[in-house]
Amino acid sequence: MNEHRNTADRKTWRDYLTVMPPSILISAIWIVFIVAVAVLADVIAPYDYKHMDLLDRLRPPIWMENGVWSHLFGTDDLGRDVLSRIIFSIRISLFVALLGTFIGAVLGTTLGFAAAHFRGRVDDLIMILIDFQAALPFLILALAVLAFFENSFLLFVLVMGIYGWERYARIVRGLALSASSTGYAVAVRVLGASPARVYLRHILPNVASAIIVNMTLNFPETILVETSLSFLGLGIQPPLTSLGNMVGFGRDYLLTAWWIVVLPSIVIFITSLAFSLLGDWLRDVLDPTLRGN
Amino acid sequence: MSDTQQSMNPLLSVSNLRLTFNTGYGGWLGNRRHVHAVDGVSFDVQRGGVLGIVGESSCGKSSVAKSILNIHPPTSGQIIFDGEDLVRLNTRAWRDMRREIQYVFQDPLGALDPRMTVLAQVIEPLIIHSIGSSDEQTKQAHELLEAVGLLAESHSKYPHELSGGQRQRVVLARALILKPRLLICDEPVSALDVSIQAQVIQLLEELKTSFDLTIMFISHDLSLVRYFCDTIVVMYLGRIVESGSIEEVFTNPQHPYTQALISSIPVPEPGHKRDAIILQGEPPSPFNPPTGCHFHPRCGWQKTLCRSVYPDLDAVGQDGQLVACHVVHGRKLDP
Repeated sequence: MNEHRNTADRKTWRDYLTVMPPSILISAIWIVFIVAVAVLADVIAPYDYKHMDLLDRLRPPIWMENGVWSHLFGTDDLGRDVLSRIIFSIRISLFVALLGTFIGAVLGTTLGFAAAHFRGRVDDLIMILIDFQAALPFLILALAVLAFFENSFLLFVLVMGIYGWERYARIVRGLALSASSTGYAVAVRVLGASPARVYLRHILPNVASAIIVNMTLNFPETILVETSLSFLGLGIQPPLTSLGNMVGFGRDYLLTAWWIVVLPSIVIFITSLAFSLLGDWLRDVLDPTLRGN
Repeated sequence: MSDTQQSMNPLLSVSNLRLTFNTGYGGWLGNRRHVHAVDGVSFDVQRGGVLGIVGESSCGKSSVAKSILNIHPPTSGQIIFDGEDLVRLNTRAWRDMRREIQYVFQDPLGALDPRMTVLAQVIEPLIIHSIGSSDEQTKQAHELLEAVGLLAESHSKYPHELSGGQRQRVVLARALILKPRLLICDEPVSALDVSIQAQVIQLLEELKTSFDLTIMFISHDLSLVRYFCDTIVVMYLGRIVESGSIEEVFTNPQHPYTQALISSIPVPEPGHKRDAIILQGEPPSPFNPPTGCHFHPRCGWQKTLCRSVYPDLDAVGQDGQLVACHVVHGRKLDP
């Protein structure tokens, strides 16, 4: 039985690969590359991201005058190797975005299920929270929380997790409601299944594709929020580094040493774009109403 | 004699069942409106019997089933199943009770989990109630799937790979694997082709005998009810307007609504001239039912009394036929 399911899945994945347009293929390759960089950061970075060389400050990248091979992307205002810092920043930024997206997905899915299951006051309350979250600019909320409590890496990740939960909650609530009013969920309940079984074994697998798509769309936004907050100085704190943190601290040197800002910005831009494109494409592919087009 | 004994102890006895939905804008503001989906319904289902519930769409026949199954817990009333009041059961007791009462859905595709194989779905009730070892469960599911006429090659398929009739067979197998005593079928064949309908009804008949089932059969297809059931309840706008044995009600319908329904059954006879009573208008909105007898705006017999007082369901004749109509009971109709 499981074998059967696996072969069916493999077939569909092969189908997906054959219909991948070139832009999606490039995005996928970039994402694989970025993830590999994040995982192998210790191995491939030529220097430690904290290593300073005050005698070799603000050295330009290799393709400019005065560039040297030992610092391919040059050095920053404290003589730290920009390439190494970008590599470690990718690790931190991806980690925060991944954890934040995951927390958001779990939180949103749980609240969505709770709203659909309990209805009534609980539903009203969760819907008000959803509207509240959707109406309030997230950056302001995050700034308030991070400024009010002492900023720590854990708190920062939790704040990232709050970002975007309302969309999961809304999607999951809607799908769970439609499933539990007419379809298989009622059927399983009539068989005597507990609510936990109905939601985890039946509704969750059926709404998983919607959740996954929302995660891929949420992921680049989380990266951008993380970089925005770090740029504003309320995100990742030195000596830890992140892409936004690099941009933030490099902005004083934008005119004289632009590479400190521009190189991490390019990484942010391409990565966000790649995830967005892939998520958009996944949504089209996984949506059964669009299948066959 | 045995008849009276049976009626002394029905398997399911519903009395004064009410189901009211609060609708409206919801939230804390906004007007709440009430819909009396089921409004004081009482009937018995005898052991081994087949009760048919008929009526137009939105007359509350599905709501009755959903109340009995606690999908929509009843607002008030009693539902006695084999001596136990289902309304008073707590959640845990209800889960155990599910073994005894099973439900067959109108839309078999919707009722099956699209991401589980047929076999897994038929095994699931056994897992839920922890009956037997894993091997026994699989064996039992295979046997039952074959008993409902599904060949072994389709056991590992997904619902969307099956035809409508096959899906309904899966739903039946899933309902029967727990060996329930009462099977509630909510329009079990209305989503199927006519040729498949006959097969599924035939299967239901066979299963009724082999599983010793008592069946509640909800349908709007009167010829099907006449063929399959032995007692009938006719509902109109949340209330029973007539009930009795199939022979009585079909040969001698009393209520004008029942008469209209029965006169509309097609007769398979060439050149047969029908005297169908065509009802005027739509069934009224359950949000705003007419005063008095709910049927009076569409009734050819209506009198002053009908517009103000709802008629009680009273016996007609000796065979337990019940009718809710002032005219039939010959009450003083005009002041």
